[in-house]
Amino acid sequence: MLAKRIIPCLDVKEGRVVKGIQFVNLRDAGDPVELAAFYDQQGADELVFLDISASHEGRETMVDVVEQVAGQLAIPFTVGGGINSLADMKRILRAGADKVSLNTAAVLRPELITEGADFFGSQCIVVAIDAKYDEALRSWRVFTHGGRKPTEWEVIAWAKEAVKRGAGEILLTSMDQDGEKKGFDLPLTKAVGEAVTVPVIASGGAGSKEDFDPVFKEAKADAALAASIFHYKETSVAEVKSFLKQKGVEVR
Amino acid sequence: MIGIVDYGMGNLHSVSKALERLNYDYFISEKQDELAKADGLILPGVGSFKDAMEILRKENLDKFLTNWASLGKPILGICLGMQLLFDKSEENGETTGLSLLKGKVRRFKGVTETGERYKVPHMGWNRLQFHQEHSLLDQVEEGHVYFVHSYVVQEMDKAELLASCDYDVIVPAVVGKNNVLGTQFHPEKSSSVGMKLLENFASMVTKEKEAKIHE
Repeated sequence: MLAKRIIPCLDVKEGRVVKGIQFVNLRDAGDPVELAAFYDQQGADELVFLDISASHEGRETMVDVVEQVAGQLAIPFTVGGGINSLADMKRILRAGADKVSLNTAAVLRPELITEGADFFGSQCIVVAIDAKYDEALRSWRVFTHGGRKPTEWEVIAWAKEAVKRGAGEILLTSMDQDGEKKGFDLPLTKAVGEAVTVPVIASGGAGSKEDFDPVFKEAKADAALAASIFHYKETSVAEVKSFLKQKGVEVR
Repeated sequence: MIGIVDYGMGNLHSVSKALERLNYDYFISEKQDELAKADGLILPGVGSFKDAMEILRKENLDKFLTNWASLGKPILGICLGMQLLFDKSEENGETTGLSLLKGKVRRFKGVTETGERYKVPHMGWNRLQFHQEHSLLDQVEEGHVYFVHSYVVQEMDKAELLASCDYDVIVPAVVGKNNVLGTQFHPEKSSSVGMKLLENFASMVTKEKEAKIHE
């Protein structure tokens, strides 16, 4: 049986981790390489780096960061943000990332998923979906551009389409729950998980270690991602895992 | 010195970085005359069995590797690299492998015998179960390691199964027959458990080198 994965997410801007992370034992709190090593020691099963650089130089710096992280980490890591072409994917994967995550670019040009999957294999291609409940649609709607733009896509239909085109994993963020710290969006996670044949990473809403139990047991997520609760030390990866173990959830 | 076989199908970076961290010398090459100078080989691999065998055949690397194995020199296949060591695979039509180990590579069914669906690829951390003692597993923890694959080795010789995990079927995870070794998971992405295994392989290679000097 596969262990449920706990994945910290780091926002990286111009080569530095942002969000004002407060770690005591690190020399340089904003260094993505040191933070990656820190989470690795804590038992993180994987890491996600989100490149939120605004400039071209920032994106180039990201390639250096990926290379340095690859030299330090013995766990898989995914890089997302600003990947718009096969050339972007090549740069990031050759620098040592294990997977790339596509979001807006995949909605604008779904062929990109297939191009990536054909070249690198489906296991390398994660499609990230930002989902928000829509009363009129009576379901969730896909948003792009960092959650600013609504699209025509209903989430389940888009998730299926992405998988059909070669996505090896879905990173599903609930915009409704994100930042609320009231727990993951269980109905959304469950609905997408039942609709697709690839692993689903639930994201958005984690407020405490307790929130990780229902997302695995009820919503059947394969992995759960969180940022602020780990960054602000409200809990730790190790604490979440020992809690889950007590609850009978298989973790590493 | 470990030679990493570059035939265009591997994630060479992560394996080489792992060896760097362990402080073992390595080089990456696709040339037989260079690879022949190594004391041990790593055959990585991501992608399809058929494409991989076609490239190996085209470059005559298939014969080189079979010959290498017959000389008793250590070789470690990783992921697809491990599957290539077996007789054949059904991926994209039946393809003959290097046939250094007995067994066939089949796709995960995606449905259990009782009709329950499960996800393919088998992706994530799964727990190892050891079947026998082996120097490759020396001081390796029987813990979780990282898998990403849609095909699985079946009908292999039990004597050559060193460790497995459970994912609907018994998934051969570490295999070995004398000097021919393989891991279905990615040791270079499997934290301390995987790094220890890689270190064990590297020290087997070092012993091989010392034996050669004493000859």
